[in-house]
Amino acid sequence: MWIWLTEPLGFEFMRNAIAIGILIGILSAVIGSYLIVQQMGLLGDVIAHAVLPGLAIAFYIGIDIFLGAFVAGTISTFVVAWIQAHSKVKIDTAMALVFSGFLAFGVMLITILKSKLDLHSFLFGDILGVTSVDLWRTLIIAIAVLIAVAVFYRELIFYCFDPLAAKAMGLPVHLIHFGLMAGITLTIIASMQSVGVVLVVSLLTGPAATAYLLVKELHLMMGVGAIIGAIASVSGMYISYYFNVPSGSAIVLIISGFFLLALLFSPSQGILTKRAVTRRAKSLLSKIKTNK
Amino acid sequence: MLEVEHLAVNYQDVSAVEDVSFSIESGQVVGVIGPNGAGKSTVFKAMLGLVPSSNGTVKYCSRSLKRQLRNVAYIPQRSQVDWDFPVSVWGAVMMSRTRHRSWFGKAKCHCDHIVKAALERVGMWDLKHRQIGELSGGQQQRVFLARAIAQEANLFFFDEPFVGVDKKTEGVIFDVFAELKSQGKTLLVITHDLGSNLGNYDHLLLLNKELIANGDRHTVITANNIKRAYGDSVILMQKEEL
Repeated sequence: MWIWLTEPLGFEFMRNAIAIGILIGILSAVIGSYLIVQQMGLLGDVIAHAVLPGLAIAFYIGIDIFLGAFVAGTISTFVVAWIQAHSKVKIDTAMALVFSGFLAFGVMLITILKSKLDLHSFLFGDILGVTSVDLWRTLIIAIAVLIAVAVFYRELIFYCFDPLAAKAMGLPVHLIHFGLMAGITLTIIASMQSVGVVLVVSLLTGPAATAYLLVKELHLMMGVGAIIGAIASVSGMYISYYFNVPSGSAIVLIISGFFLLALLFSPSQGILTKRAVTRRAKSLLSKIKTNK
Repeated sequence: MLEVEHLAVNYQDVSAVEDVSFSIESGQVVGVIGPNGAGKSTVFKAMLGLVPSSNGTVKYCSRSLKRQLRNVAYIPQRSQVDWDFPVSVWGAVMMSRTRHRSWFGKAKCHCDHIVKAALERVGMWDLKHRQIGELSGGQQQRVFLARAIAQEANLFFFDEPFVGVDKKTEGVIFDVFAELKSQGKTLLVITHDLGSNLGNYDHLLLLNKELIANGDRHTVITANNIKRAYGDSVILMQKEEL
């Protein structure tokens, strides 16, 4: 068993991948909690796909591709908000259009610019390609985002719960919104390499949603979600290593498994346990009544 | 003194509110009444800059209200927020202190003390660890009320605080209104209740797209004004009640 755990650590790429897995597991759950409480889970998917044109252009002009990804991802969130504000088109449709439009533009750019960007690893992640540079980038993003969340926790929770009252009180809601979008985009960029853009939304929403069914406060949701996210990423990578399956899929399936368990067995919300609780309460009530 | 001059709001070229002007002395409880769709909430939102206004100025103590939003507590309709949000009663009320904390730790905000006092005032201290979704409608409204108290604002905007609340909560809300008024604060309250509770307001604003009447209860609640605001169908019921 011990050897089973330590053997992959003999390879540098696995050490990097596992360290990244822990970092993105924690980071995605913290940022994903904000997406869930704002009922914007799919926005993660939009940003993840919308980074492609930025990657392609940055690659072509020779700057850091992650800078291009950040700019394109952030622009996509503004386009979604802009469509929603200036037309009667609702947010789900706006997200669907922006997401597909940006992705198509990115694919077109890769072809036109004859880019050597590997579309397959962009879509599905490539754990073998994780380098120590990636690890450092992820570590810096994780520290920066987590510090920002800790410092602005109160502003963020007020904005997410009651944006109108927050604005009425004079909080800089546009800045808070931008900060949140930037945090989500950075988290996606940090996670892209290992899980790929198609599945990154699972890391953002799965662990946080699982925690949402288990605890009652946002900071606990972030904490429990972070533990679930980190466990899922690391175990997914071990499975990928031993069974030679794509790491992204393995991670996502484990997250889905956790969510299913919480959905069925959460002490307070579980579909199966909730009924048991009501049944028990009912039988207790009837006992009290008969005793009377 | 709160002064509103020529306030107007358009939604996509359709006029929602036209040329609303009024002024209110500090230390008053003001009831804002009018039929559904009369633009009551819109007037609140436009005054606070939550929706863009096409015309008008709003001043508080002779200065633009938008420059002193720190003094404003806005309490939205209960249906406007997601009550499944993962926050406890305590956490929801603590949100009111977001702008009061100091960044460098010297000046203490006494946040815990103030939040505790507000929760005790509305009778929700015992439920402080409850998730807000586990409360009744009246209890949820009292959480909003506690949040408003703890903000220590000078101007309060309550959007339909009496919808779906029990008698006990209604009593608590009016008691708190009276206390805030005695502290010299100004309260604007949107309400649909044209019955006996109107006696709790010092000043009424009757709206239907425009300001139909403005003043004390006897000036505003006249057969003619009610007819202008609500149309003919309501007038007979109103006459009986009055």
